Amino acid sequence: MDAHPLTRPEARREIEGTVIFDGVQAMKGYALNKMCFSLNDAANRAAFRADETAYCERFGLTPAQCAAVAARDVLGMLAAGGNVYYLAKLAGVLGLGVQDLGAQQTGVSVEEFKAKLVKAGQ
Amino acid sequence: MAQIIGGIATSHVPGIGGAIAQGKQHDPYWSPFFDGFGTAHTWLEKARADAVVVLYNDHGLNFFLDKMPSFAVGAAAEYANADEGWGLPVLRPYRGDPLLSWHIIEQLVADEFDITTCQEMLVDHAFTVPMQLLWPDGTPIPAVPVAINTVQHPLPSVARCFKLGRSIGRAIASYPSAKRVLILATGGLSHQLDGARAGFINKAFDTEFLEELVSHPEAIARHSIADIVELAGTQGVELLMWMAMRGALEGPVQRITQTYHIPISNTAACLLILEPENLAAGLGASIKMPHTKGGVTQSSQFP
Repeated sequence: MDAHPLTRPEARREIEGTVIFDGVQAMKGYALNKMCFSLNDAANRAAFRADETAYCERFGLTPAQCAAVAARDVLGMLAAGGNVYYLAKLAGVLGLGVQDLGAQQTGVSVEEFKAKLVKAGQ
Repeated sequence: MAQIIGGIATSHVPGIGGAIAQGKQHDPYWSPFFDGFGTAHTWLEKARADAVVVLYNDHGLNFFLDKMPSFAVGAAAEYANADEGWGLPVLRPYRGDPLLSWHIIEQLVADEFDITTCQEMLVDHAFTVPMQLLWPDGTPIPAVPVAINTVQHPLPSVARCFKLGRSIGRAIASYPSAKRVLILATGGLSHQLDGARAGFINKAFDTEFLEELVSHPEAIARHSIADIVELAGTQGVELLMWMAMRGALEGPVQRITQTYHIPISNTAACLLILEPENLAAGLGASIKMPHTKGGVTQSSQFP
């Protein structure tokens, strides 16, 4: 791998299960995040629902980003440069709450995920 | 001159806005969080604030990645809320105080904070939810929104945000007015929405953070942003706003109330009210401390 200035180990710490949304991710995910940001608008949400593929193509999503959106694969979207604040808008259109997202990303049921949150307070 | 009469910090989870919209404040799930605000309302009544500086982070309503300021200060007569895409009702606009905004902007730039100024600025749930919590019948005073980037790294450091608050504090102390100004910070505490570590909450860290924030906040600057992400989660970085609020309160502070509850949505939810000790006739002296949630104990020096 090339010695990209943003991927020097001293500049980026590996934190388990965590993607830091930095310049590398921001470059990679720009089209996906821009598509998600557009979903603030009700007319755009309707256009997305009417034809997801066409809507994603309009924003120039990469094949990996399109596939992750089509599969509702949150970890895939993150890996493709998605930022959680914008992905949340897509999740809203898809009718997914933050517990649904948490459960999917951690590979447990929503009930198990909620129980884990409660346990964190004990 | 104007004076800062206190600092409030509270979580701003969107679900809180949903619970307010649906009148669920007294539901068993929500009441451990909402109940703490009775004390806040009592304190606010005594505090008689004339204006509020709101330190918050935009979640992709006003700012996108095309232009992402580290610090942005509103300088508008009015701030509109708008559709965030997932169903929260759009609220009525909030009143601004452009003269106070520009005075703060002058001080910040004089102190070498190269901020972005906004004469139009949409405010999202991170601004509106805390306003609804503190003033359920509508915010009666004008606001100065200050947005801190928590979306795209590199984020401003803990020390930088503390100094930002210091500068805002200096601005208010030199404002030629008898205004009583409240500092409101929103976000946190520990939580992580994204990644295989989603659902991460760190009660031990939050407990330590809250103690240090009150007694020796400068020490928190030992943590890098990477430390904060590791210890408090990807969205736990919202405690940057809490640092800025504490920075604005020069000198020792009295903790009027603190509630801490896990979980609200995916978040360790907290309400903290601080009052400068040098404030004449301490407002909090006669305010009863509520019980605390989630095992965070109160220091005995507080009423």
